[in-house]
Amino acid sequence: MTNRPTTEFMLSVTPQPTPRRRRPLIVRLLMKPEGAITIAFLLFVVVLAVFAWVIAPVPPNLTDLNTVNAPPFSPGHPLGADQSGRDILSRLAWGSQPTIIGALIVLVVSVLVGVTSGLLAGFFRGKAEGVGTFVSDVIMSLPGIVLLIALYTLTGPNIPAAMAVFGILVAPTYFRLVRSVVVNVRNELYVDAARVVGLSNTRIIGRHVLWAVRGPVIIQSAFIIAAGIGIQAGVDFLGLGDPKQPSWGTVMQDAFNNIYNNPVGVWWPALLISLTILSLVLLGNILRDELQSTGVRPLSNRSKRTLTRDSTARPVKAVPGGENVIAIRGLKVAYPQAGGTITEVVHGVDLDVKPGEIHGLVGESGSGKSQIAFSTLGILPKEAITLSGSIWMDGDDLLADGKRLASARGSKIGYVPQEPMSNLDPSFTIGAQLTYGLRAVRSMSKKEARAELLALLTRVGIRNAEQVFRMYPHEISGGMAQRVLICGAIASGPKLIVADEPTTALDVTVQAEVLELLRELSRERGLAMILVTHNLGVVADICDVVSVMRDGRIVEEADVESLFASPKQAYTQELLASSRSVEIIEEAS
Amino acid sequence: MLTMSILKKLARAIAVFLVVTFVTFCMMFGNGAGIARGVLGLDAQPSDVQKEVVKLGLDQPLLVQYGKWLLGVVTGNLGQSYFTGQSVNEALASRVPVTLSLVIATLILTLVLSVAIGVTAAIFGGWIDRVVQFFTVLGAAVPAFIIAVGLVFAFAIALPLFPATGYVALSDDPTAWLHSIALPVIALLIGSVASAAAQIRGAVLDVQGRDFVRTLRARGIPEGPLLFRHVLRSASGPGLTVLSLQTIALLGGAVFVEQIFALPGIGQLANTSAQQGDVPIVMGIVLVTIVFVLVVNLLGDLANAALNPKARTR
Amino acid sequence: MSEAILSVKDLVVTFGAGRTAKTVIDHVSFELHAGETLSLVGESGSGKTTIGRAILGLAPVSGGEVRFRDKTISNTSRRERRKTAHDIQVVFQDPYSSLNPSMTVEDILVEPLKVAGIADGRSRVRKLLDSVGLPADSGSRFPKEFSGGQRQRIAIARALALEPAVIICDEPTSALDVTTQAKVLELLRELQERTGVAYLFISHDLGVVNSISDRIAVLYQGHIVELGEAAQVTHHPAHDYTRRLQMSAPVADPAAQRERREQRLALFAAAGAVEPAPAIAQQPTV
Repeated sequence: MTNRPTTEFMLSVTPQPTPRRRRPLIVRLLMKPEGAITIAFLLFVVVLAVFAWVIAPVPPNLTDLNTVNAPPFSPGHPLGADQSGRDILSRLAWGSQPTIIGALIVLVVSVLVGVTSGLLAGFFRGKAEGVGTFVSDVIMSLPGIVLLIALYTLTGPNIPAAMAVFGILVAPTYFRLVRSVVVNVRNELYVDAARVVGLSNTRIIGRHVLWAVRGPVIIQSAFIIAAGIGIQAGVDFLGLGDPKQPSWGTVMQDAFNNIYNNPVGVWWPALLISLTILSLVLLGNILRDELQSTGVRPLSNRSKRTLTRDSTARPVKAVPGGENVIAIRGLKVAYPQAGGTITEVVHGVDLDVKPGEIHGLVGESGSGKSQIAFSTLGILPKEAITLSGSIWMDGDDLLADGKRLASARGSKIGYVPQEPMSNLDPSFTIGAQLTYGLRAVRSMSKKEARAELLALLTRVGIRNAEQVFRMYPHEISGGMAQRVLICGAIASGPKLIVADEPTTALDVTVQAEVLELLRELSRERGLAMILVTHNLGVVADICDVVSVMRDGRIVEEADVESLFASPKQAYTQELLASSRSVEIIEEAS
Repeated sequence: MLTMSILKKLARAIAVFLVVTFVTFCMMFGNGAGIARGVLGLDAQPSDVQKEVVKLGLDQPLLVQYGKWLLGVVTGNLGQSYFTGQSVNEALASRVPVTLSLVIATLILTLVLSVAIGVTAAIFGGWIDRVVQFFTVLGAAVPAFIIAVGLVFAFAIALPLFPATGYVALSDDPTAWLHSIALPVIALLIGSVASAAAQIRGAVLDVQGRDFVRTLRARGIPEGPLLFRHVLRSASGPGLTVLSLQTIALLGGAVFVEQIFALPGIGQLANTSAQQGDVPIVMGIVLVTIVFVLVVNLLGDLANAALNPKARTR
Repeated sequence: MSEAILSVKDLVVTFGAGRTAKTVIDHVSFELHAGETLSLVGESGSGKTTIGRAILGLAPVSGGEVRFRDKTISNTSRRERRKTAHDIQVVFQDPYSSLNPSMTVEDILVEPLKVAGIADGRSRVRKLLDSVGLPADSGSRFPKEFSGGQRQRIAIARALALEPAVIICDEPTSALDVTTQAKVLELLRELQERTGVAYLFISHDLGVVNSISDRIAVLYQGHIVELGEAAQVTHHPAHDYTRRLQMSAPVADPAAQRERREQRLALFAAAGAVEPAPAIAQQPTV
């Protein structure tokens, strides 16, 4: 009786089309205008440092009393001269060298210390993690400059030493970053699989963990180099740097001390420092976008409106008759994709639900059933676009007016979500969130609301309702949380409940009880329900009418007896066959 | 239990205090001969240097010296300046209020502005968000001392609206105090708000995407109360972390700002004392700084426990 | 009856220490014979996944022992453990996180062969892909280009690479759609016929377990409450809890389901109170 799928069917399954191979990172960066500009500027700084001996018109420490405070564009002094007649351009050019060296010292030290310790702490956990976190907290608890000032008393003007110490001071940023990435990767099943396969810890770290870490570390490095340049300039500016060697910070300091005589003088070092730091920060942001985002941008409101106007709207024949609690007509929902296109996920769906009817919406993942549920409540994700359609309730089209949708939500239509624990606000007690939610849609005093809710909590099967009222979500179990959510949904007396896989996350024994509860509530209160599920057993248990969805369309709709006894569509038959192949069929005993 | 967790945090803060002060102490008092030479002058005779080392107590083992210093901290005696002989307490007493008034004023303004800007950017999105992102990147990247110099240029020289230097105590003349502190605070504020607003925006966006927000919306709670009662409550934890990190950054920035605006605070004192080699004073300033940071962190943790029930059990 | 190749005796697994210690597996014993499918079925908190992980060396064994062909494999050094890798393999529940997204399918399948020191593993990859019904050119693709069901096939191929005697299937179809689930179970059955591998099949779904098992063990809060032939356990359960599990799972037939519902309600009304008292949340352990 059960149809077992054949091997040929299995072999005909093909993988999805390969996405176009992405170009190497550096090319992608240069293709963006911000990327090209920042990289160009940073190259300019490097060139300035490497070729300072060519670019600088005069030696940087050469004083010339004839050209004291020379303005920019003076002969021999393109950027002007400072209060000792020294050429600013030369000083800045030569000053680029210690700047770059200092920044590299910071980078190397912080990466060595921070990344290695983060890897060890994240992978081996236990004491390594405890010690590492404590040390990291200690290091981060002092402002860097104060420590560098203290260091000065020991070393005197020694910028490389100061930069090495600063490298240690910023290592905690790498530590925290790497540790958290490694902890996440370590929990991934593919690491477990590698261990089972027999990989040693070193191979696992080398092959699986390091790869996941490299992206965030590269991004962070851009910011760290920027910080290094900033702090080095600052330390020099305060006068803690080497007075004999010019650097960006000392040029700034000289210019600032001379600001009343030559105000413009501060501009050049300020610009050079700021632009270099900004370029690095922007580059870091661009790297983050390239390496971590999915490339999908939500559409602007204007684009959304244009799409909604353009898509072909089915002519509505008439307002559907009032015998339905809710009537959906021609609903089309789409989502933006990488590359600026949109993909339709619901292709014009019609659905009717009568008062008191439990209507099952069945389909596999990607069929679009949850999208319909969210649309009735107006809680689709921000990036979703409702291309067209209407949802009729009490003679009004909810989709035509956002306010109507908002006012129907909660008071006329209730929502029971799938995952109980993540759908309760962790900062408030159960009682507080239920009361607040109820009083938001029905005007009643706190006392009245509390009394009603307590009674309702008991009705949904929670004993000690008063005790639970005072508890926080993290203190109750999953089954209880789901009952609390059901209570929250029906408390305001809605006519329709939209339940999105309400029992999928529950144990099977609890599932049976919750289904029983939903059925009883529906009968008692004349509640209609749209029950989204992938489980045909649930449908057979509780639903009156069933709509089968596939790839964004309803392929079959029938009352529950007819659908199971004589399914018309091949897809429905396949669903039933697969479902029954894994069931406990009662033997004739 | 709440008291248990507070005691644990207190113990941890004390541990951090001890480690930081010990490491800095060793770093600064480690080179006894160098310090003595700094006090006497570079051309001092080795025999004189040795005498000075003993006189200043620098020949004893570091652990002993640290122990004595710690004892002094507890009894309220932080030592004396090597150069002026003035007690460190006195030197700090007049200067700590200056730095505190600068930092606390900036902190309060940062709190208000960054929350307003970060939340607005997160909920409105669109062009407002893009503008905010642009300015936060700019403000957070440019170092505070460069902003300060720029402000001096713009508002003290080009348009002489504010004094470029000088400080008037709050107790002496409130309006003059405001006037003297305006530019320094703005210099610190720009970077501080930029950085904090970006992180708060991130925290709010993160909470907004969570399941329970969608469920509460489905229950019929209007957007306004949803935001202020539920979203901000959950975002407050990360928000407080951001603000306590900002305090540390502000103390660092204060060092530069005091130098530029010639404010007689502990930052300026630290700089001049370090260049002289007046180690006890620098050590005293490190002490004040670390205590301030730890106190602010502890307050932040307490506030977090009050707002976030899960944090109480940790 | 063929010999027992995997035997678990008095297994105890405790997490945490001191006051916060939680015993997840409490003296569990069973044997797995060559070529058979033994299922562990239970709800959350039963410890079924932990048993699988303990056998694989991914969870600490606090008491008792696990033996493979008369060699103790529990609480041995990591190097010793690695030697048994080719005997016992695993297929995990989540097809999205059990394959490293940065590796090609070929790399994923070659990895176990490389570790075992088998030269020229790449030529074996085509055979492996073929045996799970995936086209030969899948090797150069990345996991994200495949659907959930296809990824599970890749995971199964990886488990087969070392030709193990035992494969631990940890809820391998729970994250899949019902049509895909049926196909993957069929694949597993076929592979067992062909290679004679034994399965330790872990699931919360008594129906799935019944369609694939020779014997079934029912777990409740760290204990085995019932262990027996599949047909007997599912149709004539001896223990109350098994009966409850069996009656709670709905079937895709409205008339039959109505009857079952009535039977279930009658059974539990007679037995007394149904729900556990609202307790403090359990630790998420399985």
